[in-house]
Amino acid sequence: METTSRKTLRWQLATVLEVRDEAPKVRTFRLGLDGPATHLPGQYYVLRLTAEDGYTAQRSYSVASAPHGRPEIELTVERLDDGEVSEFLHDVVVPGDVLEVRGPVGGWFAWDGAGPALLVGGGSGQVPLAAMLRHARALGRPELVRMVLSVRTPRGLYYGDELRGPEVHPVFTKVAPEGSRRPAGRLRLDDVAPLVRGGETAFVCGSPAFADAAAALLTEAGLPPAAIRIEQFGPTGA
Amino acid sequence: MPPVTRGFVGRRKRDPRLPPGQYDVGDQWPVLTAEPAPNLDTARWTFRIDGLVDHSVEWNWDEIRALPRERWDGDIHCVTTWTKFGMTWDGIPLDALLEAAGPLPEARYVVAHSHTGYTTNLPLADITGGRAWLAFAAASAPERPAPLTREHGGPARLLVPHLYFWKSAKWVAGLRLLADDDPGFWERNGYHDRGDPWAEQRFQGD
Repeated sequence: METTSRKTLRWQLATVLEVRDEAPKVRTFRLGLDGPATHLPGQYYVLRLTAEDGYTAQRSYSVASAPHGRPEIELTVERLDDGEVSEFLHDVVVPGDVLEVRGPVGGWFAWDGAGPALLVGGGSGQVPLAAMLRHARALGRPELVRMVLSVRTPRGLYYGDELRGPEVHPVFTKVAPEGSRRPAGRLRLDDVAPLVRGGETAFVCGSPAFADAAAALLTEAGLPPAAIRIEQFGPTGA
Repeated sequence: MPPVTRGFVGRRKRDPRLPPGQYDVGDQWPVLTAEPAPNLDTARWTFRIDGLVDHSVEWNWDEIRALPRERWDGDIHCVTTWTKFGMTWDGIPLDALLEAAGPLPEARYVVAHSHTGYTTNLPLADITGGRAWLAFAAASAPERPAPLTREHGGPARLLVPHLYFWKSAKWVAGLRLLADDDPGFWERNGYHDRGDPWAEQRFQGD
């Protein structure tokens, strides 16, 4: 499947329409594009900043919004300590600013809504998976996706109440909500195994350590490695 | 020049070892793969060169570990914009392996393929002339390299440090020599066919 066309790879100017807090140090930027959003859920855009002396910095960010035909996308960005681009986006950017973007990019970690998908996300790995959930709901096919989210505390869930519902199984690693039957703790086999039905594609997104652990659990739960797609980000010691 | 972003000044004092658009990741070594990292048993591991060659050659782990190795010191660059300075690597020059197979005159491109099914394409000229290795070990500083971990492509991966690092296929299983370029996994998903960091060849059309 080829999903990145040359047309999508030209830089375009995007106007910041809205900036919104999702969680501590996590913000969503709604950007106006010059044409309708045509990405597949899971794809990302590259964002480029340019200083007066010509110095540029670019980073890739997953699209959080579903393809909805309107000329806008939402990117959700976690503010990283010493993150040259994420600090700027969080500290400086306000509605009305103009940023450069190109995309959508990527065709592997992308879900076209055609078959069942098991979504497993940790931390800011929620972002591309949220696009998939939103797409499934917009198609009227929420039963196609089952979602497991691993976050430290209830405040770590993004997008207000959207990441709730029968499709979504949150797992809290540090602090569980009051009255929760599952005590706080890392993702375990019995968190994911009941959601594996056979025939699905798994989309795993999170830190390398999370992704590696989640992929191992999915394999243990019976998913063939070829059915597991991974998107990892963030630094790790080596 | 792209339009100036209001308020953006960027990092001052840029290290000249950084290609455009890259940043120094420091002591870290990010792991980026599209598939679960496999556990490859060296007892069953093989590396094969075939396609447009005089004769196909396949080595097992003991055979390839018996070949003379080289050390390479330098920087690596990932298309996701991190650069890691001052690494030390240990491996076998691809020149030596290719020589054993005897590339035919019409061979101009290579597809590297991994034990996982991952593929990436390279011009043959980019992996000859002392610029590419089959690597077994690496270190984050000028010190004794340690065996590559599973996440970093162990037991063996390609090392093509003058190109973006997705070309340095992890868990590599072999090279197939071809007359024409044949895009690999990421290249079919929008990434550049060559991937020179100094020319910022990130995506198709760059």
